[in-house]
Amino acid sequence: MEDDAPVIYGLEFQARALTPQTAETDAIRFLVGTQSLKYDNQIHIIDFDDENNIINKNVLLHQVGEIWHISTSPADRGVLATCYNKPSDSKVLTCAAVWRMPKELEPGSHESPDDSSSTAHTLELLCHLDNTAHGSMACVTWEPTGDGKRVISLADNHILLWDLQESSSQAVLASSASLEGKGQLKFTSGRWSPHHTGTQVATANDTTIRGWDTRSMSQIYCIENAHGQLVRDLDFNPNKQYYLASCGDDCKVKFWDTRNVTEPVKTLEEHSHWVWNVRYNHSHDQLVLTGSSDSRVILTNMVSISSEPFGHLVDDDDLSDQEERRPEEKSQEPPQDSVIATYEEHEDSVYAVDWSSADPWLFASLSYDGRLVINRVPRALKYHILL
Amino acid sequence: MAAAAAGPGPGSGTGDSPEGPEAEAPERRRKAHGMLKIYYGLSEGESAGRPAGSDPLDPTDLNGAHFDPEVYLDKLRRECPLAQLMDSETDMVRQIRALDSDMQTLVYENYNKFISATDTIRKMKNDFRKMEDEMDRLATNMAVITDFSARISATLQDRHERITKLAGVHALLRKLQFLFELPSCLTKCVELGAYGQAVRYQGRARAVLQQYQHLPSFRAIQDDCQVITARLAQQLRQRFREGGSGAPEQAECVELLLALGEPAEELCDEFLANARGRLEAELRSLEAELGPSPPAPDVLEFTDHGGSGFVGGLCQVASAYQELFAAQGAAGAEKLTAFAQELGGRYFALVERRLAQEQGSGDNSLLVRALDRFHRRLRAPGALLAAAGLAEAATEIVERVARERLGHHLQGLRAAFLGCLTDVRQALAAPRLAGKEGPGLAELLANVASSILSHIKASLAAVHLFTAKEVSFSNKPYFRGEFCSQGVREGLIVGFIRSMCQTAQSFCDSPGEKGGATPPALLLLLSRLCLDYETATISYILTLTDEQFLVQDQSPVTPVSTLCAEARETARRLLTHYVKVQGLVISQMLRKSVETRDWLSTLEPRNVRAVMKRVVEDTTAIDVQVGLLYEEGVRKAQSSDSSKRTFSVYSSSRQQGRYAPSYTPSAPMDTNLLSNIQKLFSERIDVFSPVEFNKVSVLTGIIKISLKTLLECVRLRTFGRFGLQQVQVDCHFLQLYLWRFVADEELVHLLLDEVVASAALRCPDPVPMEPSVVEVICERG
Repeated sequence: MEDDAPVIYGLEFQARALTPQTAETDAIRFLVGTQSLKYDNQIHIIDFDDENNIINKNVLLHQVGEIWHISTSPADRGVLATCYNKPSDSKVLTCAAVWRMPKELEPGSHESPDDSSSTAHTLELLCHLDNTAHGSMACVTWEPTGDGKRVISLADNHILLWDLQESSSQAVLASSASLEGKGQLKFTSGRWSPHHTGTQVATANDTTIRGWDTRSMSQIYCIENAHGQLVRDLDFNPNKQYYLASCGDDCKVKFWDTRNVTEPVKTLEEHSHWVWNVRYNHSHDQLVLTGSSDSRVILTNMVSISSEPFGHLVDDDDLSDQEERRPEEKSQEPPQDSVIATYEEHEDSVYAVDWSSADPWLFASLSYDGRLVINRVPRALKYHILL
Repeated sequence: MAAAAAGPGPGSGTGDSPEGPEAEAPERRRKAHGMLKIYYGLSEGESAGRPAGSDPLDPTDLNGAHFDPEVYLDKLRRECPLAQLMDSETDMVRQIRALDSDMQTLVYENYNKFISATDTIRKMKNDFRKMEDEMDRLATNMAVITDFSARISATLQDRHERITKLAGVHALLRKLQFLFELPSCLTKCVELGAYGQAVRYQGRARAVLQQYQHLPSFRAIQDDCQVITARLAQQLRQRFREGGSGAPEQAECVELLLALGEPAEELCDEFLANARGRLEAELRSLEAELGPSPPAPDVLEFTDHGGSGFVGGLCQVASAYQELFAAQGAAGAEKLTAFAQELGGRYFALVERRLAQEQGSGDNSLLVRALDRFHRRLRAPGALLAAAGLAEAATEIVERVARERLGHHLQGLRAAFLGCLTDVRQALAAPRLAGKEGPGLAELLANVASSILSHIKASLAAVHLFTAKEVSFSNKPYFRGEFCSQGVREGLIVGFIRSMCQTAQSFCDSPGEKGGATPPALLLLLSRLCLDYETATISYILTLTDEQFLVQDQSPVTPVSTLCAEARETARRLLTHYVKVQGLVISQMLRKSVETRDWLSTLEPRNVRAVMKRVVEDTTAIDVQVGLLYEEGVRKAQSSDSSKRTFSVYSSSRQQGRYAPSYTPSAPMDTNLLSNIQKLFSERIDVFSPVEFNKVSVLTGIIKISLKTLLECVRLRTFGRFGLQQVQVDCHFLQLYLWRFVADEELVHLLLDEVVASAALRCPDPVPMEPSVVEVICERG
């Protein structure tokens, strides 16, 4: 189908940072941060017009440095956080800051997309997450269900919980914890669990995955040797509170039940190089998206361990006569975990993939050469899940 | 007329009595005439004579019966002339005279006769009178005799009765005497051991005694007899129980006891109990041999002992029992069957325990011989006691042992395989001699292969004993069919090959992820081993098996191709895993070298970094290692002329030509563009792709993984000018040494180019080094 064709957008610079605008639930909007050591870095705000298959972009200048990680506030559409390298002669330090977009770029006010594509706006700095004592920031993650006041950042071997006060203009370190151990421990990634009223965070360092309680900043669980090599990314199942997906340099994607961490629930080995990103679909958690440095994006149907292992559950009340045959049909073909599609539009390593926050059937992937690809879940599968 | 009438008068008067009225005279005369005629034998017709055709009723016929003189006269007078009348009258007178004289003679004669008859009668009358008198006398005499006789009888009657009675009493008395003497007689018989006599006496007396037991004296005798009989019975039982005296005597005992009225069932039970005692003793001695502490005799001895002792005993018992109690019918047979089953079961349990002890040992021939004896021995009782199912049970035990044996051999083979692996590990881990690159992998492989093969052959030979012709159970259906196909071929050989593959594959799984757990050389060796199995060994082993065990069973067996496919898959996985492990080792080295260095404040490169040299060294070592086991494989460069040319051009001129454009200080856009254009013309690189079974493919895989890691790590760092230059030097160095290992050197170039390009991108101040300087440094390093 015409509609299923991928939409490709090219950036001029290398890029690794991609995020959907979490607080936006109407428009399909992704934020991409570039990496350039020589030029001013940018944040591209990509608006995708689903009906016309057109991309609109707005560019924000991010002059403080190249962007390694970007995340958006779940409560305020205008607020985002970046981790960036400060250019310096002698050493590289990654800092984190919370920013606000210019008002006119917020949704509802893009009256002149043509102009905005040419003129670059500048971000308004709200506050720095001061990391001088803690080392390089690896990532910033927002409390998923909160009011956008709490963020966690990972800095070398520290996990820091910040309270953003006075309209986010001030960041106060609420609590922190740190990993102690042999060698240089360094967090690579972290996610804030949408369950447990936002009291759980999972982090990854080297081959280990750890769960933390944000109230006491103490470790809840620890999956030693979760992957054979470095763990690159984590994601929580949005519908099943104990399920966690992880990916790493051993080319595998593993699914864990955090109540029993001795064995993964499931392991996928579809990629032929490091898997950098794993993302559950926000609504239909059987859909799992992974991006890898083998330049591929793979969409997998993990229906057997999803919250809907038997397909869409139809309430008895809704069950009309014509639908009565449906359960039989479904029982005839038991759900199987399978790769839905492998997307090969990228020609360089894919470092970021994510689902749109507005349209659950749409996702974006970003490769190092600055190519952003927007894809949809195949229509047949979409109907299969919905009906 | 008157004369005629007077004529017959005197005649008739002489013949008949004078009485009779004149009126009836003619008729009477005629009647008497007729009677006489009958007497003299003359028919009326003959006597009538002359006119034959004349009517008999003619009243004119003189001689006719109906003659009427009136009618005759009348006729004569009317018809005849006078002369004729005169003639007839003279004729008639003459006739009458003749007749008169005849009559006179006759009367006279008759008169004499009558007189003599009367005399005779008179004499007779006298005689009879005399005789009557005598008869009367006789009757009187007879009466007297009868009288006498009756009297005598009456007199003798009394005495006869008395004699009869006396005879009865005499017989009774003799019987009584026998009875009274019976106890002593019995005692004597018992003492003399004439049990048969005693039993006969007892048998004769028993009924009488039974009948008259209400009489005190008889009661006493009976009691005595009973006591003696009881003693007799006891003695008989004693003898019976001793049993050892031999079957015939025992049979006699049983017969006598039966005659004594002992209940047969009890005897059966006792007999069996008796036998049980002996057999249990046998079993106990067998069990004692089993006992944990004393060194058990070998299994052959044990089964011999069991066979001769227990099974022989059981046979004896069974045959004796069947002889003795044949009359008992089904109930008796059932008892025996139950008996045999129970004891047989215990025997089997003991044998199984003993055989279980044997499981650990490796000597199959002894075991098979023991089983053979065991099985052979049980045929006899099996035939005797078909219902007890001893032979079947024995066969079952043999089958079970055979199965266990197969399992044991499978375990043995597995253990041997694991042992080989351990040996290999040790050999690999052994400190290497200086200058010598590792132990001879090829040798190790050959050792492992031959050792496993010899183990398999030994197992086959050992198992083959079970199907030897001379073994008594080898013609059982199990050993002809299932044992060969399912047991040996599937269970042992296929099972072993499968388990070998599994064991090998298990090295690919969890522990391997952390590296180090399995020496990579072992993976390589196993992979080659599996590949060898796929190409030749499996089909060889299976052919060998099929030949040795002529598989007749129709049940499906695993085809060679399936096993080969499994082995090949295992080999492929192992080799892929080897590539991953080795790739990981090298890429870890590279990654650490990139991550731990401060690339911003590094000094101008003077040397190739040591880690790169190490990478090249290690790669060379791997190349050597793989080369020991795998063939060279095909290089792209050698496959066609055009690529060869590229290769030569490349190796000579690449420093000047190829690197130069990408390192000229240019905008990152250009580099980006350039690399993108390059990518357009190059195929996508599958980093962790399956490998083929040759050295080049393996090395290509390892190098791909390493270089890709290098690329990704470089992209995560920020480089100073000298950092970039160092990367440049390093990459050039790698390029110089790595191309020779891979199938398509273009690949190395591409990856290294990308590394350098990425480093340039990650450098705020990208000033590349002069290619010539790079070259010099590399050559110096």
